Amino acid sequence: MDSESQMSAGEQRVRVLVAKPGLDGHDRGAKVIASAFRDAGFEVIYTGLHQTPEMIVAAAIQEDVDVVAMSVLSGAHMTLFPRVKALLDEAGATDILLTGGGIIPEDDVQALLAKGVGRLFGPGSPTTDAVAYIRSWFEERETAREAGQGAGG
Amino acid sequence: MVSPVPPLATELPASLRPLVEGIRSGNRLALARAISVVENERPGFQALLHTLLTPGEGHAGPPGSRVGITGPPGAGKSSLVTAMARAHMEAGDQVGVVAVDPTSPYSGGALLGDRIRMNDLATDPRIFIRSMASRGSLGGLATTTTEVMDVMDVAGFPRLLVETVGVGQTELEIAGTADTVVVVLVPESGDGIQAMKAGLMEIADIFVVNKSDRPGADRLVREIRTALHYRAGDARKVRVPAHHGVDLSGGIAQAGGIAQAGGSGPARGEEGKGGDADLSKAPPSWTPPVLQTVAHAGEGVAGLLAAIEDHRVWMLESGELERRRLARTTTRVRDVMDRELKRRVRRLLADSTVAGPALGAIASGGSTPYSVAARLLEGFS
Ligand SMILES: Nc1nc2c(ncn2[C@@H]2O[C@H](COP(=O)(O)OP(=O)(O)OP(=O)(O)O)[C@@H](O)[C@H]2O)c(=O)[nH]1
Ligand SMILES: [Mg+2]
Repeated sequence: MDSESQMSAGEQRVRVLVAKPGLDGHDRGAKVIASAFRDAGFEVIYTGLHQTPEMIVAAAIQEDVDVVAMSVLSGAHMTLFPRVKALLDEAGATDILLTGGGIIPEDDVQALLAKGVGRLFGPGSPTTDAVAYIRSWFEERETAREAGQGAGG
Repeated sequence: MVSPVPPLATELPASLRPLVEGIRSGNRLALARAISVVENERPGFQALLHTLLTPGEGHAGPPGSRVGITGPPGAGKSSLVTAMARAHMEAGDQVGVVAVDPTSPYSGGALLGDRIRMNDLATDPRIFIRSMASRGSLGGLATTTTEVMDVMDVAGFPRLLVETVGVGQTELEIAGTADTVVVVLVPESGDGIQAMKAGLMEIADIFVVNKSDRPGADRLVREIRTALHYRAGDARKVRVPAHHGVDLSGGIAQAGGIAQAGGSGPARGEEGKGGDADLSKAPPSWTPPVLQTVAHAGEGVAGLLAAIEDHRVWMLESGELERRRLARTTTRVRDVMDRELKRRVRRLLADSTVAGPALGAIASGGSTPYSVAARLLEGFS
């Protein structure tokens, strides 16, 4: 099959921003995730280390991503996730999924969920979990969008 | 006979109207989403482009400048784009960057990493950066790259830089969409030879030897100049008649040859250009200058921008800009028609009431693929 028949016009690729905010030093985990997403057929925008929430959101808006996936190992997840979510909302991008991973206690996961953040994955979880989660979220959103637009197309 | 395929509509669907209005009021999310509509060829994308490109409908004046930056992986293209963008922004320009990376042929996914070098600029309102996957296009550019640049242009980012990876024969498309093509090479890995093989020599308006802080840069510069000299030599043989003492075009070509031999770009730093008097006869040829940069330190970037400006002036004066833009427009109309016809064929065949009987007729031996295609195509005229 050529790539054109794999993806016909009008169909959309999942676009994901993989970001590594904060000051902690290495980005191996984020790179592994980025490659796994690419292999799953996503278009991955990778922005490297030391991203501020403002940089992440600027990139997410310009790239019109469907998903922002943040890797947070520094322990600053309770400030970083809500901040990015707030900036996305402020820019009008309320429909972008904010998800991610890191060493995040269950209580914090619940608190972030309540603030509109999506599922968060622990350091041991296989990348296939995140892929499956994003895929099903994306399909659901597309279905909802189509329903919202009516059967005109 | 009613065709099951709707015509190419230029009337904007109501659902896309907010994007047009958003773009006109400077909303970056609206711009980003309009780009996605175009990139994904979603319903109404042609009408969206038509609306945005119609004079008076939010767009005024001639198209902005488009510079293509290409070269092998890791040559420093993104670093260079970043430095160029910064200089333009400091000069008060609104900059649009499109960075194209290949789609993986195995998964259909892509890893788009050019923004890594551009993060410091990304929050500045004077710039808009967009990454694109090539999505199976062989030409190095995604099919819709030119259209995405159009959208950025009319949205107020007319100073456009487009980065593509150039590894083989696949890079030639950039020449069809940029006013000026900058080919970036680096001292290591025998880039000079590679470039000649890959056809980069033919599309370059300007050569940049980046990573000139590394050994071998001077040698690469000489290699490229020698290659250019040979090529110009061939051209001269073709153009110049036997006794060229009285032939104007010969004189001009020779002047070009001398500039190469001297090793400098044409008209760089010279106020009175010798060739100008001959403009009515034949435009002076452009000899690609070979420049050196250290991109991540910003060294040589001012010189590169000056060379790009020289090239623009040369194109304007020689009529080359008009010629390129006309060629681009022709290609553009052809591409829009090609794409639309392809779409119609696909949609027609996806309709089981059409495809079923046709395939059945072939299976039963009553028709061939050719007679079926001929019959179906009749509906298109
Ligand atoms: N020594 C040296 N390193 C440079 C120079 N310019 C860029 N680099 C480094 O080269 C590496 C690649 O730079 P990029 O700007 O990402 O190169 P690119 O051509 O955009 O790479 P791809 O988009 O992946 O093909 C980075 O580590 C840069 O810091 C230079 O002039 N000298
Ligand atoms: Mg790059």
